[in-house]
Amino acid sequence: MTIDALLFQALNGLAAASGLFFVAAGLSLIFGVTRIINIAHGSLYMLGIYLAYTFATRVGGVLGFWGGIVAAALIVAAIGALIEILLLRRIYRAPELFQLLATFALLLVINDAALWIWGPEDLLGPRAPGLRGAVEILGRRFPSYDLFLIAMGPIVLIALQLVLTRTRFGRLVRAATQDREMVGALGVNQAVLFTSVFAVGAFLAGLGGAMQVAREPANLLMDLTVISDAFVVVVVGGMGSIPGAYLAAIIIAEIKALCIGIGVVEFGGFRVNFSKLTLVAEFIVMAVVLIVRPHGLLGRAQGAIRSVAEPEEPIRPATAALKFLGLVVLGLLICLPLFAKTSPYTLVLGTDILIAIIFATSLHFIMGPGGMHSFGHAAYFGLGAYGAALIVKFLAAPMLGAIAFAPLLALAGALLFGWFAVRLSGVYLAMLTLAFAQIVWSIVYQWEDVTGGSNGVVGIWPAAPFNTATNYYLLALAFAVLSVLLLRRMLFSPFGYAMRAGRDSPLRAEAIGIDVKRVHWVGFAVAGCICGLAGGLFAFAKGSISPETIAVGRSIDGLVMVLLGGIQTLTGPIVGAATFVMLQDTIMRQVEYWRALLGATILLLVLVFPAGIVGGIMARYAAWKSR
Amino acid sequence: MSVLSIRNLRKSFGGVHAVDGVSFDVDKGEFLALIGPNGAGKSTCFNMINGQIMPDSGDILLGERRINGLPPRKVWRQGVGRTFQIAATFASMTVAENVQMALISHADELFSMFSVAARRHRERAIALLEQVGMAAAADRACRELAYGDVKRVELAVALANEPRLLLMDEPTAGMAPKERNELIALVKSLVVERGISVLFTEHSMDVVFAFADRIIVLARGRLIADGDARAIRENPKVQEVYFGTGKTFERAKEGA
Amino acid sequence: MTTRRHVLQFAIATAIVAGIAAPASAQGTIKIGELNSYKAQPAFLDPYKKGWELAVEEINAKGGVLGKKLEIISRDDGANPGEAVRVAEELITREGVDLITGTFLSHIGLAVTNFAGQKKVFFLAAEPLTDKITWQNGNPYTFRLRASTYMQVAMLMPDAVAAKKKRWALVYPNFEYGQSAAENFKAMLKKAQPDVEFVTEQAPPLGKVDAGAVAQAIDDAKPDAIFNVLFGADLAKFVREGTTRGTFKDRTVVSLLSGEPEYLDPLKEEAPVGWIVTGYPWSEIKTPEHKAFVDAYMKKYNDYPRLGSIVGYATIYSLAEGIKKAGSTDTDKLIAAFRGLKVPSPFGPFEYRASDHQATMGAYVGKIALKDGKGTMSDFKYVDGAEVLPSAEEVKKLRPAAP
Repeated sequence: MTIDALLFQALNGLAAASGLFFVAAGLSLIFGVTRIINIAHGSLYMLGIYLAYTFATRVGGVLGFWGGIVAAALIVAAIGALIEILLLRRIYRAPELFQLLATFALLLVINDAALWIWGPEDLLGPRAPGLRGAVEILGRRFPSYDLFLIAMGPIVLIALQLVLTRTRFGRLVRAATQDREMVGALGVNQAVLFTSVFAVGAFLAGLGGAMQVAREPANLLMDLTVISDAFVVVVVGGMGSIPGAYLAAIIIAEIKALCIGIGVVEFGGFRVNFSKLTLVAEFIVMAVVLIVRPHGLLGRAQGAIRSVAEPEEPIRPATAALKFLGLVVLGLLICLPLFAKTSPYTLVLGTDILIAIIFATSLHFIMGPGGMHSFGHAAYFGLGAYGAALIVKFLAAPMLGAIAFAPLLALAGALLFGWFAVRLSGVYLAMLTLAFAQIVWSIVYQWEDVTGGSNGVVGIWPAAPFNTATNYYLLALAFAVLSVLLLRRMLFSPFGYAMRAGRDSPLRAEAIGIDVKRVHWVGFAVAGCICGLAGGLFAFAKGSISPETIAVGRSIDGLVMVLLGGIQTLTGPIVGAATFVMLQDTIMRQVEYWRALLGATILLLVLVFPAGIVGGIMARYAAWKSR
Repeated sequence: MSVLSIRNLRKSFGGVHAVDGVSFDVDKGEFLALIGPNGAGKSTCFNMINGQIMPDSGDILLGERRINGLPPRKVWRQGVGRTFQIAATFASMTVAENVQMALISHADELFSMFSVAARRHRERAIALLEQVGMAAAADRACRELAYGDVKRVELAVALANEPRLLLMDEPTAGMAPKERNELIALVKSLVVERGISVLFTEHSMDVVFAFADRIIVLARGRLIADGDARAIRENPKVQEVYFGTGKTFERAKEGA
Repeated sequence: MTTRRHVLQFAIATAIVAGIAAPASAQGTIKIGELNSYKAQPAFLDPYKKGWELAVEEINAKGGVLGKKLEIISRDDGANPGEAVRVAEELITREGVDLITGTFLSHIGLAVTNFAGQKKVFFLAAEPLTDKITWQNGNPYTFRLRASTYMQVAMLMPDAVAAKKKRWALVYPNFEYGQSAAENFKAMLKKAQPDVEFVTEQAPPLGKVDAGAVAQAIDDAKPDAIFNVLFGADLAKFVREGTTRGTFKDRTVVSLLSGEPEYLDPLKEEAPVGWIVTGYPWSEIKTPEHKAFVDAYMKKYNDYPRLGSIVGYATIYSLAEGIKKAGSTDTDKLIAAFRGLKVPSPFGPFEYRASDHQATMGAYVGKIALKDGKGTMSDFKYVDGAEVLPSAEEVKKLRPAAP
């Protein structure tokens, strides 16, 4: 590779960086001020490019293209403001992270809305009027539109910096980013601030999307592709730091361009294709940055994110009545195979629900009582699933042996990743767990010889006597009951209390001799281990597994289950997991636009139960009691 | 014999000497106040003793043992209790559980995973709460308490490991004057009863002059005075420092 | 109060358990379970669905099969093998379907293939391309309609060899389909042309190609020819960047699937003229069976067919023919009937090979051309799948798990 080629690839990287920067800057602003993890930010980006496409093709010409980009960004800004006013404003006082659930629902709804409006086909916009061609640089042709993008990055960066440093709005935004309560104390109208920040963030997302209209086709997969990239950039740069986001975008884009430029290299007989690294490059960068600089490149330690919601109630041991009821429910579940004679599918769905319950309960263990918001819990599910599958595939292990091995491999992973993760807190911890999950995912995805690559491992079926739906269901039930009781028992133990102590007040916990990191590390490992069991059961329930068991989607499903049930209750994850799996199963079967319906249902639940289903019912019941 | 000896302690942040060669002792059973205007280095001093900040140089001796650089949890295991300016308790636990948590930690049972925490050391926790007058609220959630009561709970937590030394950062901050005196009177009585030494910082001068056995004054990172209430009141350097910053004892009293 | 709270919590849990109910099913029809990633891959699967709906309508209008109407129970598989397996279970146990069909993504196709083998259910894989479905992981219960990755590559091979280019660059999406296409291509070309050199390989992540950088890296490697496996949005990005940068100038480009309307049409007037591709030039095919299909399709939907429409249409006709030949929906009889089953289709008749259960439905190979500002194909010919598939003996070695 020549120096010229290298420099030229660096130029390509700069163009890609600008695109990344716009979305990331908007996300960073929104998170900085409102502390909302806006999963729907990628959807706003997607709307931006679709709208720009519509303007460019319907209006056409110079006005349609360039005017369309501005118009698309403005419309998306208005949509962002509407989302804040109509939806998010109602749930700011909900327990932490709950807003994530609402934005996840929006993602589903917006995706189906885009399908309905623009149809399924990829829509490639026209080339940019005035910048159709290429200019000659270093003896190569470089698209002039990419030069424009390269210039736009610093322009938007400087404009944002000016707004943030020179205007009252900017000062408020910065103040709120440092300490949200302070803004309230300053007597600022918080509602107006939040709405406008959301609108500006949405504008940037829309602009970022709209400007891509000349480079790539609008398609329905963009929302998810973009959101993960944007989060990585924001976290690497440091939450709330706009220059940090730009720097991070450049670093990530340049590393990718470099990997592509290097291509295939031989190392003493080994062929390494560096272009394959682009699959995971950003997550490796993120993991390294977070380990070395826990607040990102240019981020500063933020004031602890004090939840605006009421802290949760003390946990109380089960009463006699509760234990009795627990036995009744258990009895019913054991008898389910008898009722299911006419409908064997009940047991299949039941098994899936039980596995989801183990998954969600283990995630809740660290998210709720541990206060560690893992966005990569699927890593341990996947490690369990692959652990079981591979030990069957390569060592022909018996089923129960494989299921026993699953939690061990997950435990090993959780011990390793947890050691780094517990050193961080808040959203940085969340993102580091996500990075680890993505790294595991990409290894599994690429390691064709061992893991079967993207196709996964097939032919992992349960052995007799568990090869019938009934017996496998009972096995899953036994493991689910054991796991739930074990985790519950631990929450009532000194260890569980120590974990909560470390979450409630790390300062106090350390001041009474608790090694918070160590306690949280062990908690993380326990959760990972139990989650691995769910993965092992899953492998045998499905007969095959693929990298999807580790993908972001599964981690998000876990978050949704926990939040849907209510993060502040012990039964929340159980109810949340059961509700989510059944909703998905029922809705997917009923209607074509199932994503929109699932999203709408979750939105409804979010608005009716702003503390999760169990949390909401409890609150209502308490209010009714005290009337 | 002194419980805590500070020798020539120094800490600077980016060229600013926050604590600049401070030395003092806390004797057994002594109720010692550390005062000074804002930015005098009180908190830095405190946080170094507690282990949250590593000193640049100097010694912190707890009895015979040098504890420089030990993290807070290890300092605690050496028998140092601590309360914070903004009371830090575990909001999701009951009052009794807050104290039990400290007792569990003291008994090295933190990694016990299958016993029931709420049943451990319950009597001892209630006894401690009794002493701070909070036994009646033992099973209430800590988050429901009035702030003055939270401070009392925190005190009970800080006493749980039977400390030799209690560090109290602004123990009466954010409290009404009546509550203030009650709390300090309570602390003082417990201290006398158990022979614990206390080092505390305080803004409220009437509290300081009414209760402290001895007072040391920091200004711009240096120790400028050391003596009983009368000696401090009459010390010209102390007056200068407080007047110099635009504060008098009287005004400080009103403002606090 | 605490007690009541817990009572309530468990009441909720109980209600949810009790909520898993079961529906009954109707008789007098042949029930076919169909599952696919409709929401994740709408560009291909929307026309696919229209295709099978048309086929069902036609067949039922003529009285159905064995005197019974066909009833398709279609489900979204969530683009996720775990859910796909559950959906398959649901179709079988709850809806009582006689057989299952569908799937698009390779890993889902494989998971359902394996499921079918385990549960002894007849499965016709409609679309997934991976060779493993009929070869390495093939089983007696699974048949596949669409030409596999190997077949697609093999169809392009004569043109690739005829181009007589020495330095080749490869670009493929980084997952099994892309990797396997690239491997197949390299192996076949090396065999036909031993002095061939592969100067660079770019494997961008699926759906996330950095098109500018990739196009540039290929250009910098100075190849004589390029083999492309990118499709969908990746292809559109790559074509636009590569065209602007002159990556394809004076170079032979051989490209998989790019002539399919699903992937070609979004490019509009920027369709890369001259690329040698497999595809489906629907407006140019003049055979009577194809014309009949297009007419019926356009009449029903007021839209032209894509390749997905053909796949959906041929899937249902395959099943209808198979059931007719078997005389029942009994799994073993169906398998026996499908082995060597001949099926008419808009592409002409094809056969399900007894040796590896692969259909011989082929594809059109030709050059991308522009017509009225839209991409289509010129100089194309239909390549029958039977011509590019290995012989029955060779296949035996490739299918360890199934007779």
